[in-house]
Amino acid sequence: VSSRDSILATIRANLPSPLPLPDVPYFDAGRGDDLWGRFVTAFKTMGGTVLEATPDDPMAPVRTRIADAGFVISRVSEIAGTHVLDLATDPRDLETVDVAIVRAAFGIAETGTVALTEAELGINTLGYLAQHLIVLLDPADILVNLHQAYQRPEFKTARYTVFHTGPSATADIEGVLIHGAQGVRSLSILAVPRSGVIPSF
Amino acid sequence: MNDLLHKNLAGGDRAKRDQDGKPLQHAEATSMPLQAKQREAQPRAMITKDGKRVDHAEAAKRFLAAPEHQTFHDERLWDMRRKRDRQAFAIDEWEELRELASKIKEHTLTHLDTYLEQFEAAAKANGVTVHWAKDGDEHNAIVLGILRDHGAKTLIKSKSMLTEECGMREFLTEHGIDITETDLGERIQQLDNEAPSHVVVPSVHKLRMDVSDVFARTLGTEPGNDDPHYLAESQRRTTRPLILAADAGLTGGNFLIAETGAVVTCTNEGNADLSANTPKLHIASVGIEKLVPRVSDLGVFIRLLSRSALGSPITQYTSHFKAARAGATMHIVLVDNGRSARLGLKEFWTSLKCIRCGACMNTCPVYRRSGGLSYGFTYSGPLGLVIDPTFDKHKFSNLPFASTLNGSCTNVCPTKINLHEQIYAWRGVMAREHEVPLAKKTAMQAAGVVLGNPKLYRAAIATADSALSMLPRFATYNRLNAWGRGRENPEPGGQSFHLWWAKNRAGKAKGGRP
Repeated sequence: VSSRDSILATIRANLPSPLPLPDVPYFDAGRGDDLWGRFVTAFKTMGGTVLEATPDDPMAPVRTRIADAGFVISRVSEIAGTHVLDLATDPRDLETVDVAIVRAAFGIAETGTVALTEAELGINTLGYLAQHLIVLLDPADILVNLHQAYQRPEFKTARYTVFHTGPSATADIEGVLIHGAQGVRSLSILAVPRSGVIPSF
Repeated sequence: MNDLLHKNLAGGDRAKRDQDGKPLQHAEATSMPLQAKQREAQPRAMITKDGKRVDHAEAAKRFLAAPEHQTFHDERLWDMRRKRDRQAFAIDEWEELRELASKIKEHTLTHLDTYLEQFEAAAKANGVTVHWAKDGDEHNAIVLGILRDHGAKTLIKSKSMLTEECGMREFLTEHGIDITETDLGERIQQLDNEAPSHVVVPSVHKLRMDVSDVFARTLGTEPGNDDPHYLAESQRRTTRPLILAADAGLTGGNFLIAETGAVVTCTNEGNADLSANTPKLHIASVGIEKLVPRVSDLGVFIRLLSRSALGSPITQYTSHFKAARAGATMHIVLVDNGRSARLGLKEFWTSLKCIRCGACMNTCPVYRRSGGLSYGFTYSGPLGLVIDPTFDKHKFSNLPFASTLNGSCTNVCPTKINLHEQIYAWRGVMAREHEVPLAKKTAMQAAGVVLGNPKLYRAAIATADSALSMLPRFATYNRLNAWGRGRENPEPGGQSFHLWWAKNRAGKAKGGRP
């Protein structure tokens, strides 16, 4: 008998009486207003940095941030990096990236989370080996909470879907908070609609 | 600072701040600066020989004999418990979420065979290879086999209590695999050749000077430099080359989704993402009880997990691995190791609902004062009391007595496991099955040693008070519980005698403070 079959047989012999599966509500009533404001508040408490967009020059804060960076990879059309990401690149070679710029698939207001898949990252290690990560987020792509988020198609279609909520962090030594444990040292967000038109907040 | 358990720990490092200047306390950070003031040698765990019982009371004495470590540990974990409360109270539907989590898990466990088959089929359709391991040895052999098939000699891994439970690192190391833990806390424990003491924060029993000593010895950091920033950065810089050079990566899994065949990990460091995405081979080792039926069920569990564990709204990274990236390979090892048998234990099967958040440990006065290593196994605190005996009934026969049965663990459990009732039920099992002689004595010892100090006891009671009102009478007045026998417990009124005294009489009484 294979281990598979013996495990399943033991489970079947030991199954308690069946209990029903409950429906999960969305818990989103009354929480749909000011999603950008809710997102920003939550995102900051998780150690994220919000870049202030300027209507006449939307990408100015990003340009300022990458001005001194030697190796910048941009995965967005709004701004160019120093290098274009070749999808045939070995994931390990992204170790030398100073700043990576990507667009979020969507955001979550409750937790200040941005979601990325292999489509946005191009190469998944870009979101971790880079020293700093900048994410463009369309405020129209912000969902109320995790219950809404888990209705998104990415969980069925993408190979890899990840929520980033602030930068890589640890407090494993006496509870002292440190950013840049193994992954990015900072996570910055800029509100940029997919249309390219900056709204006023 | 008035709510500190140990006021001598106040002060310490300035908290990291957000861009508006507000102190940050996300992830496993403390909500206030805490620091032990004096250097002290780290207390070491007792090694229990095969065939012997773990003597929790004796092990706890060692921890208590190191007051700097013990008070910091107590305060740090209690702070995590308070952070958890603040997060829970901020969500109107918190209790509803706990009820949903409990019901979803109960449904899944009572249909575990079909959900496992559904998961396997979905994962295979994603191009993932699925393995089944009946025990730890088979798990370890499967992982070694996969590594050998790929010619892999170096392995990076993220934190996994399952692989600790299986003794995987020791086994693979003996077979020539070079393993690097990538979670900071787990890396500290690996370099110190010591087991994790907590399922979420593995090195929480160590002070910064202990870490400094370990790193100076193993990573070549500056001796005596115990700045946590310096130590963490040193670990980052020494680990990254190993991540880049690794032939394979291994992660655990916080959840398995039957609907899509995905493995979900929750980390604050992003190290599971590095482990899975950097090498060409990703192995995920996951216990069969980690299943949930639908993607949408995750909304409930992700909202509960990090809030319960650390008092942080979500982990920095929540990662859903459904299929290997182009050009890479993914394997999932489904591990039983006693879980299918536990499903048949009428009084204990609901312990399989556990999502390993550690909230029961953080709130437990015995755990906070004895340290996780005193339990002698991967799972400590109330969770360990309930599941460790299913791994070795004799070895862990004393553990169910390392509890005050105050019920606080049950109150904070995000999946509503009736932990304190199961702890009590285990005492009955031990009595029936051969472990009685020590029972009464041990009941006094296990919790008694830890709570013998009146000051510590008062701190514990503050936790216990609310739970007393829902504790069934049989739990406190059974014949095995030397604590309950022959005494009447007070009504769990609004305040303890000590608090009442402090409020009403302290100023009028003669002499100094109590």
